[in-house]
Amino acid sequence: MNNKVQNNRAWLLVLPMLVLVAFSAIIPLMTVVNYSVQDVLGPNARFFTGTEWFESILNDSALRAAFARQILFSLTILAIQVPLGIGIALIMPKRGWQASAVLILITLPLLIPWNVVGSIWQIFTRGDIGLMGWGLRELGINYNITRNAGDAWATIILMDVWHWTPLVAMLCYSGLRSIPEAYYQAARIDRASKWAVFRYIQLPKLTNVLVIAVLLRFMHSFMIYAEPFVLTGGGPGSSTTFLSQSLATMAIGQQDLGPSAAFSIIYFLVILLVSWVFYTTIMHMQKDKNPHGGA
Amino acid sequence: MTWMVWTTPTAIFFSSIAAMLAGMTLWEILSPTIERKGFLPISTTRGDRLFIGLLSAAFIHLGVIGFTTLSIWIALALSALWLLVLMRWG
Repeated sequence: MNNKVQNNRAWLLVLPMLVLVAFSAIIPLMTVVNYSVQDVLGPNARFFTGTEWFESILNDSALRAAFARQILFSLTILAIQVPLGIGIALIMPKRGWQASAVLILITLPLLIPWNVVGSIWQIFTRGDIGLMGWGLRELGINYNITRNAGDAWATIILMDVWHWTPLVAMLCYSGLRSIPEAYYQAARIDRASKWAVFRYIQLPKLTNVLVIAVLLRFMHSFMIYAEPFVLTGGGPGSSTTFLSQSLATMAIGQQDLGPSAAFSIIYFLVILLVSWVFYTTIMHMQKDKNPHGGA
Repeated sequence: MTWMVWTTPTAIFFSSIAAMLAGMTLWEILSPTIERKGFLPISTTRGDRLFIGLLSAAFIHLGVIGFTTLSIWIALALSALWLLVLMRWG
């Protein structure tokens, strides 16, 4: 079945990386687990609390609401960014200087740091000096992200779409470029419609990059912090407070190390579960496609 | 090591995980795993099934702690049982 030569000594080459990961990830994670079952007041004053923090976190209605908002946010931006990214990739020029120019223009938002994106949109949406805020007000639309939760949501989603759709578009663009010209020639001979070409040639060939795009965008949006923090600060009220901001408030603002450790572990487990499901799906699809080549 | 604020239960937890990984390595050396398909929708190796078992054990524990008043030992027993079923027939 598999005639590759197995040589386990290759694992020795991974050893330096393993040591690095142990120091940067595994040992801190163990410490978080230790904190999550105790009330640590000082180096010599700590009390074992068992599962108390986990119980209170799982039954905290504010955190449950933040979790629901987080899921809603991730699903919304996926539902917008994936079709939009495919659409942009389809209409992008395919060759010549136009292709390079469009590629650079489209990538620009990806180069802007998160905090700066938040600041840009914060100013952009201000009613007094921001172009969008001022423009909407002049049009007679009552738009205010610090008072109206709907406006705040719409703006955060718009901001995320502006910032990250280019990533989906670029992935799709590279996927489209890898389709051999012969497929299109065959389609032209069959007089296939544009829709048929998209449905039966382009979309199937895009599946792999789309799974990667969905995985990246989901994980990224599930951990979003800086942009909404700068734009709305989680408000109005708590209407745009997502999970990582709740965690930061708890851990840094209130110094509740025990509960925030428990919260971090639950957060980590959810992300681990989702990533694993996506990873398995990708690997599974590849295996189905070439069953003899190995994954 | 004091900064890691170890407790006995967490030390036991991580030692068991380490022991499992070491055990799996030994088992793999003695009789290499064969990828197969059980009741799970995907074909898995022994290590895959252990990972799935441990991850679902975490969620079983969270479920029992957060949404029932049952003892955590029941969650542990359930997880152990599920892990065995998964390793054998998964």
